[in-house]
Amino acid sequence: MSVGRRWIVAAAAGFVVALLLPRLGVPTFYVSLLTQTWIFAIVAMSLDLLVGFTGLVNFSQAALFGVGAYAVAIGATRFHVTAFVPVMALGIVCAMVTAAIFGLVALRSEGVGFIIITIALNEIVWGLAYQWVSVSGGDNGITGIVRPHVGPFDVSENTGYYYVCLVSFAICLVLLLVLVRSPFGLVLKGVRETPRRMRALGYNVWLYRYLAMTISGGFAGVAGVLFAWYNQFVGPVALSLDQSTQILIIVILGGIGTLYGQVFGALVVVFLSNELSAVTQRWEMVLGVIYFAVVMYAPGGLVVLVPRLWNRLLGRRMPVTAEES
Amino acid sequence: MGLQFYVQNALGGLAYGSLLFLIASGLTLIFGLMRIINLAQTAFYLLGAYVGLTLVAHGTNFWLASVAGGAVTMVLGLAVYSAFLHRYHADHLTSLLLTLGFALILDDGVLAVWGGDPRSIAPPPGLAGSIHIGTLVFPEYWLAVIAISFTIAAVLFFALQRTMLGVMIRASVDDEEMARGLGVDVNRAFFVVFAAGAFIAGLGGLLGGPITSAYPGLDGEITPLAFAVVIVGGMGSLTGALVGSLLIGLVNAFGKAMFPELSYFTIFVPVALIMAFRPQGLFGRKL
Amino acid sequence: MTLRQAQDDAPAALRQAQDDEVCLRLDGVSKRFGSLSVLDDVSITIRTGERCGIIGPNGAGKSTLFNIIAGELPLSRGAVSFLGRDVTRVSAHARARRGMARTFQTTTLFPRLTVIENLVLALQAHSAERFTMLVPRSRYRARDHEARALLERVGLGTRADALVDALGYGEKRQIEILLALAQRPKLLLLDEPTAGLAPSDASLVTEMLKREHAGLTMVLIEHDMGVVFDVVERLTVLHYGRVVADGPVEAIRADANVQEIYLGGKV
Repeated sequence: MSVGRRWIVAAAAGFVVALLLPRLGVPTFYVSLLTQTWIFAIVAMSLDLLVGFTGLVNFSQAALFGVGAYAVAIGATRFHVTAFVPVMALGIVCAMVTAAIFGLVALRSEGVGFIIITIALNEIVWGLAYQWVSVSGGDNGITGIVRPHVGPFDVSENTGYYYVCLVSFAICLVLLLVLVRSPFGLVLKGVRETPRRMRALGYNVWLYRYLAMTISGGFAGVAGVLFAWYNQFVGPVALSLDQSTQILIIVILGGIGTLYGQVFGALVVVFLSNELSAVTQRWEMVLGVIYFAVVMYAPGGLVVLVPRLWNRLLGRRMPVTAEES
Repeated sequence: MGLQFYVQNALGGLAYGSLLFLIASGLTLIFGLMRIINLAQTAFYLLGAYVGLTLVAHGTNFWLASVAGGAVTMVLGLAVYSAFLHRYHADHLTSLLLTLGFALILDDGVLAVWGGDPRSIAPPPGLAGSIHIGTLVFPEYWLAVIAISFTIAAVLFFALQRTMLGVMIRASVDDEEMARGLGVDVNRAFFVVFAAGAFIAGLGGLLGGPITSAYPGLDGEITPLAFAVVIVGGMGSLTGALVGSLLIGLVNAFGKAMFPELSYFTIFVPVALIMAFRPQGLFGRKL
Repeated sequence: MTLRQAQDDAPAALRQAQDDEVCLRLDGVSKRFGSLSVLDDVSITIRTGERCGIIGPNGAGKSTLFNIIAGELPLSRGAVSFLGRDVTRVSAHARARRGMARTFQTTTLFPRLTVIENLVLALQAHSAERFTMLVPRSRYRARDHEARALLERVGLGTRADALVDALGYGEKRQIEILLALAQRPKLLLLDEPTAGLAPSDASLVTEMLKREHAGLTMVLIEHDMGVVFDVVERLTVLHYGRVVADGPVEAIRADANVQEIYLGGKV
């Protein structure tokens, strides 16, 4: 069986296992955590599209995620728009429009300048959510968000919603994998590798970065919408810089430029942040230390680290492989 | 909206802007020289405030306590820099995440040691009063803060323009490779700039205390403003940090007074204008 | 409306005919960095199909001139026109789309992509295909074949699926030129194409250039005089940012001034 085939089989098997988990007697608490995992995997993949494939380190992903979430909240409480499809569409559109605006501002710079500006942009959106109390509820956020029916299914309880998120994640993963393997995806990789050469070949580098940011925003919006329905509450923390950092850590932990690795990164971070707060009050400090460790010692992410550790356990030496494009 | 409104907010804005300068000057120099985005800079400010207020509570002189606050943050900052950061200064993402991780640890440490209640900080005796000019009233301390920051700014400018070290630093900002080639001890320049940045931010903590107080999360609130200053003023430019801080301080003050629900958003206006017309900032060089 | 040289006093019709044959024209191009003047009043006219070499000592401004022609660097004064249209304010990528291709002095490829992927990027640059998002590249077999055929022609067919990073220096220089040629350009700018190459690799490169020249205008920066004389018909000599000689190769070779610039007439 070729390598490619093996991966597809493994992924299919994983998907089936994930489908069956709630039926296997896994406690609802963990089902809930897994639901969060699917959601954060989606937003992490959206960021990986930028960081890993286009070469843009975007610190404003949480703002896009949060805009999607607030769109749900405000739509539901103000305008009584609650049905699944319209709200999802609204969330995606709002996030994409925000990303489009961000792109116009941030893409005037490259490299570190870009990073600084995305930090500022995230903070500004956070500031809006925090201060514009009449619209966003300020620090108290917006509560009372009701999960809509998805088609004929009532997903108000955990298990139902778990499936919604799992399927959404699977769809997003497939779409993104196709995207990065398309001619457009190749262009993005070229932009990441050597923008100067891309310009010399006739590509409008700015345009492709802009498109990547907007598309990435759409996926972040999906995650934001799912998150709002999951929590049934939205607050400014969802779009804070801390949240942006957490998403970035998931991307790094999962493996930059892999897409499929993000779900593993999300798994670790979601479980860790939930379990940690039960163990110690100083969980934020522990998280900070973990960030440190991840960034310094696992730059390739789990998808590289785990196989390497596994092989070392089994006494094998793993050859240094070329990065999977 | 009478004269009192404008003078009050203008002075308040200038005072706050002066504090921003203490934070942003380090941020922009560390950035301009080392291309490190120091997300722990505002955390240094907060730590300096807490250290300072604890010392004051134990009877230390206000000014000495400020300096002590700066010293503590400087030592801490240099420890992190020497141990971890300096190896990654060329890697934007890694260095950024390291400073962020450090900020998280620092924030939580501060919460653990001093608790979550906001601490108000009294101005030093002698500067606690108000000034009355006609019908205008404003705190003396504001003027003191503006004066102190301008003094520090003057010292920094002098150091950059007139000392050998300053020349080394400016040369390294301009063209690091060339500077190394010419034998400039760039690593020493890095060290000094990082130390100075951390020190001044920490020093500013207690100095700013009577205006901002001290509470967990304060650093998170200042961060957007500090970044706005660096973007508007120009990354790597001390002049830009000064002009930018005062500008943002004023915009923030008037924004809060006139559009309280959108004051962070009003900061966006100068940032967006700069992005549209002059992406390198008012005094920055094209990156 | 094309830019005209002041000294040109040929009748209008002849001028028009000449303009149609002009591929690249530089008019009084000057470039300063602060108070440092790197290029000073450079005027060159290159006709379609001409192969022109730009030579001069290091620091004479040759690469800067290329960067200005390609649109990467704005000029301080003067104008550049390409195929009869003023491109002074046109961006680098737009110039590339109009038919300008270049190679870089330091190999500028996509290191973590395969050789095939490098070529496909060059080949698909002018096709709407590059915006296709939901169809995998594996479906575009024609493009793949096209890229492999190009590699076969220069004997690099076996390296098609290797990462560019893994290639030897000589192979990378070949790919550098192949990328430019894959754009089917009207003007090819080559910045020291044989730099650092062993003689055998260098002759591979010159063969590639000589073969691909039909209708293709070429401007070459080179230090290797052997390559220069083998490939070009006309030379422009730059010295301290100024054109000091411009004409057919043999004439320049014999020019005493030029010989002096090269310290002892090894031209």
